[in-house]
Amino acid sequence: MAVIQVERKPLSFAERTYIPQVLGGLKTTFKHLISKKQTLEYPEQRPEIPPGYRGVPTLVKDPNGREKCVSCQLCEFVCPPKAIRITPGEIPAGSGREHVEKAPKAFDIDMLRCIYCGYCQEVCPEEAIFLQNQFSMSGYTREEMVNHKDKLYELGGTLPDQHFKWDKKKAAEIAAAEHPSH
Amino acid sequence: MIQPAKPDLVTVNIDGKEVAVPKGTNVIEAARLVGVDVPHYCYHPKLSVVGNCRMCLVEMGMPAVDPATKAPIIDPATGKQKINWIPRPQIGCGTNATPGMHIRTNTPLVKDCREGVMEFLLINHPLDCPICDQAGECKLQEQSTQYGRGYSRYIEQKNVKPKRTQLGPRVTLDDERCILCSRCIRFSKEIAKDDVLGFVDRGSYSTLTCYPGHELANNYSLNTVDICPVGALTSTDFRFKMRVWFLKQTNSIDPESSVGVNTIVWSREGIIYRLTPRRNDEVNDTWMADSGRVLYKQVNDSSRLAAQVGLEDALTQAKALLASGSVAVVGSGRSSVEEQFLTKKIAAALNAPAYLVSRVGEGDKLLISADRNPNVRGALVTGLIDKLPEQRLAALAEAIDAGRVKTVLSIGEDLAAAGLTEAQLAKVSVVYLGTHANATSAAAKVVIPTQTVFEKSGTFINQQFRIQKFHRAVPGFTKAFDDLVVLSKLLAEVGGGAISSDLNALWSVIAAEVPALASTSFAKIPDSGLLLDSTPYAALPFVEGETLHYKPAAPVPPAAGIPTPPKGTPA
Repeated sequence: MAVIQVERKPLSFAERTYIPQVLGGLKTTFKHLISKKQTLEYPEQRPEIPPGYRGVPTLVKDPNGREKCVSCQLCEFVCPPKAIRITPGEIPAGSGREHVEKAPKAFDIDMLRCIYCGYCQEVCPEEAIFLQNQFSMSGYTREEMVNHKDKLYELGGTLPDQHFKWDKKKAAEIAAAEHPSH
Repeated sequence: MIQPAKPDLVTVNIDGKEVAVPKGTNVIEAARLVGVDVPHYCYHPKLSVVGNCRMCLVEMGMPAVDPATKAPIIDPATGKQKINWIPRPQIGCGTNATPGMHIRTNTPLVKDCREGVMEFLLINHPLDCPICDQAGECKLQEQSTQYGRGYSRYIEQKNVKPKRTQLGPRVTLDDERCILCSRCIRFSKEIAKDDVLGFVDRGSYSTLTCYPGHELANNYSLNTVDICPVGALTSTDFRFKMRVWFLKQTNSIDPESSVGVNTIVWSREGIIYRLTPRRNDEVNDTWMADSGRVLYKQVNDSSRLAAQVGLEDALTQAKALLASGSVAVVGSGRSSVEEQFLTKKIAAALNAPAYLVSRVGEGDKLLISADRNPNVRGALVTGLIDKLPEQRLAALAEAIDAGRVKTVLSIGEDLAAAGLTEAQLAKVSVVYLGTHANATSAAAKVVIPTQTVFEKSGTFINQQFRIQKFHRAVPGFTKAFDDLVVLSKLLAEVGGGAISSDLNALWSVIAAEVPALASTSFAKIPDSGLLLDSTPYAALPFVEGETLHYKPAAPVPPAAGIPTPPKGTPA
């Protein structure tokens, strides 16, 4: 194999003093001293979360305080890392929401498994699970990293509802009971 | 009823494919034979045809003949006989195959019909899928995906009907989901003979309901849940337990009687959620008794026996007791054929007499026979017993009283329930292999816990001498041992030789030693079972009466073979 000899360019006098290079570096330093800061004083300062951000999955309630999840288990089915585990249950009669019939008895999301893909939010037919702005999850044990139902509702809060599907259903049932059409 | 040996075949053309089908086959079944799916709701192969859902509309045509000369009219374009297509669609379920019939299921007309029918069916159907137990196995879901238009044009208020009605102790009815196919009504009337369901009101107010003052409480009520194509009828026991798409299906056999109903065990992660029937046209059609569907609860029952010591220690103790001689073996008609074979070998090695306990109840003439042991025929075939068992172990009781028997090895049989007194039980040392605690396990010196039918594989021989396989659906209870392992180790302990507990290896021994099973193996038995020769046992007075697809042998042997009832509805 041929060896190509590359001629090394000799340094000029100015270069040999290093002064232009040092000054060039200092210029960059001083420029950043007076320019706008690029970093955040995390955790006191928090970043602004852009819309559509996929944070920790949470369960939400509708503006009337109804838990929207009906434990259809589609999110459990679609979840690629199998992070979601639901135990379905029946809504007891007399609770005022028995027309919804079904609600989760237990709802666990293992955040050590969750990959924040957002499939659960996408598949949910009741718009009950959302990946919201919370991005930091920490804990000392594996158990702490599993979000149970109470925690999920606490994280999720209330979101606006477009449909009020079940409220309409109940209104129709009441109307039909008051005005039997036959 | 004498049927001709050769069924009359008629050739029909379905979507261009010729198929020969027996006379009387309808278009849905004929299309199934050529792999063409004709969607339907109300049609069920084991029920009468009503044709009220209109989903199975197909185009039908007959070869054209000249009205005067009856000569075929040839289409000059193709050179074949011309087909006169009926301008309006016909229902596939109510149309029987006739020679030369042509059927089209893939034309724009048929597609439009299906879309129209789907749209009407969905008009008043609630959007309940997220909370509906039928989701995942719902014909309405499947067929609206496959044949529906994909969006709704309906903006009016949907009908409101009764929801969450308890139709009986085991069935919940949601009338809004009902598509009025009437399968449940026909089942109750024709199969269960308990005609309590019906439609009231008219038009879009039609509502399925129970006859006032009655409830759907017969022992076959849950079959209406199975055949309901939508989520109108759901099982109260399975309600909101688990979505069906998570469940693993394992073929099994219902152990509640000698009918040997074919079942499917639905489990997820080692937990059984429900049992449903598996179609077997020779045994149970598509039906199953409700009483057999709750048997899965015995798996996690609180009375389940749990091992106190390891298997080796228990076997050593058992050997010490059995080695003293004067042993009697009580086998079980609930054990599998393989277990009975090993029991027989143990009895032979101990030179002990073998007993079996008979359980006789009243047969319901449908799918529960009088013999409540699933596998008495297995004990006969394997040679564990040579005559039919009795309900009371009188001979054993007498032998204990006389002091001829000092140790009893019981394979899952409660000796106290079988007629032994407390004093007699106290007089002998009992080695008990079983699943659940009872008086015998309490009195036993050695208890070796074993597995239930859902936790092991094996075979039962039913009343027709049909050998049928069941498979392990869930991993065994951790504090119990596999029956075959226990029995094969016990056999080795008592000096009966080494026989592997592995099913396939065990079957090679069974095939070599049991003449009736000589040419078969576990793998060779088809899922629908294998009919064995019953003639060697024709003289035995079996207790079973008539059930679906089974007639007890008449006292006088009939001249010809007994034909099985074609519709599966014995009087």
